[in-house]
Amino acid sequence: MGLTTENIEKQQRRREPKFRTGDSVRVHVRIVEGDKERIQVFEGVVIAMRGTASRESFTVRKISYGVGVERVFPMQSPSIDKIEVVSSGRVRRAKLYYLRQRSGKKARLQARDLGDRGGLVEELSMAAAVVEQPAENAEA
Amino acid sequence: MKERKLGILGKKVGMTRYFTPDGRSLGVTVLELGPCVVLAKRSKTKNEKGRTDGYTALQLGFDLKPERKINKAEAGHLEKAGGKEKARRYVHELRVTEEALAKFEVGQEVTLKDLDIKTGDRIDVVATSKGRGFQGVMHRFDFAGVNTATHGTHEYFRHGGSIGCRKWPGRVFKGRKMPGHMGDKRVTAQNLTVADVRPDENLMLVSGSVPGSTNGYLFVRPAIKKHPLP
Repeated sequence: MGLTTENIEKQQRRREPKFRTGDSVRVHVRIVEGDKERIQVFEGVVIAMRGTASRESFTVRKISYGVGVERVFPMQSPSIDKIEVVSSGRVRRAKLYYLRQRSGKKARLQARDLGDRGGLVEELSMAAAVVEQPAENAEA
Repeated sequence: MKERKLGILGKKVGMTRYFTPDGRSLGVTVLELGPCVVLAKRSKTKNEKGRTDGYTALQLGFDLKPERKINKAEAGHLEKAGGKEKARRYVHELRVTEEALAKFEVGQEVTLKDLDIKTGDRIDVVATSKGRGFQGVMHRFDFAGVNTATHGTHEYFRHGGSIGCRKWPGRVFKGRKMPGHMGDKRVTAQNLTVADVRPDENLMLVSGSVPGSTNGYLFVRPAIKKHPLP
């Protein structure tokens, strides 16, 4: 094995995910309309997280005007301006798909101490992204 | 194959996700391209014996080959290119224009920097597809199989059906699609979009997939359908 895609995935890391399934987050999404750009906030419960590195994504569920809405965000997407962690819920599984079958009071999660995960998710400066040159690059 | 702008040899590193500067997410294949060595030149000019190759091409080599792997015939060939340290595992000729031919000398290195390929350009990627072994017609040619599982049908579910007519023509036409070896042959993926070029790392990111396995050898050339003949 020579080179791998690992290095390219590392370079694209914009943020360190510090929330987990069951947490409530506020995702600030950049939306481009024509030549204007504005920020839209999507707030809800993280019901699933999957993947690693630049392929990582998470699903946020919210109830909008009585209708359940889910949105999948790529964790490292540049179109996400920032992510705020609002609160945490005590959950016993990694995927909360059972919430789709529940509504109203049944869909609540028991609150849990946020610990140090509250507030904004830290943005990594892209310039600081480590560009490691694997030794194999020297050959050929 | 007519003369083209310069291409380059390399290998497939793998696939991943890539975010473009404007925020779109692309599935990309990472290619390690070059550095290559010019091992020989083919030209239309006559040599001292009055013979000509009849076409213009650069014979490139990629991926260092250890000296113990070189036989005498190859050593003789390499002598002109500058000795045994020029030995490469993957050697291929690429048809190029006279101008491109004139730019390079035997023994010289060719890297991504020498190529006229930038982000957004269209390229062709030529590689050997993954070998699938001996396969039936359903996998190999997308036949539908036999869809009557009843009325006494017995051991005839994935067959190709009839392969011909009757007394006339009394034979099976050439090119009839039948079971056989699938994959492990040269495949060209045309008009792929370049997502990013990183000459310093010898890397190119290509939107979409590319034939062959990870670490498989391939070569890249400007897309022949998008670049009219020079």
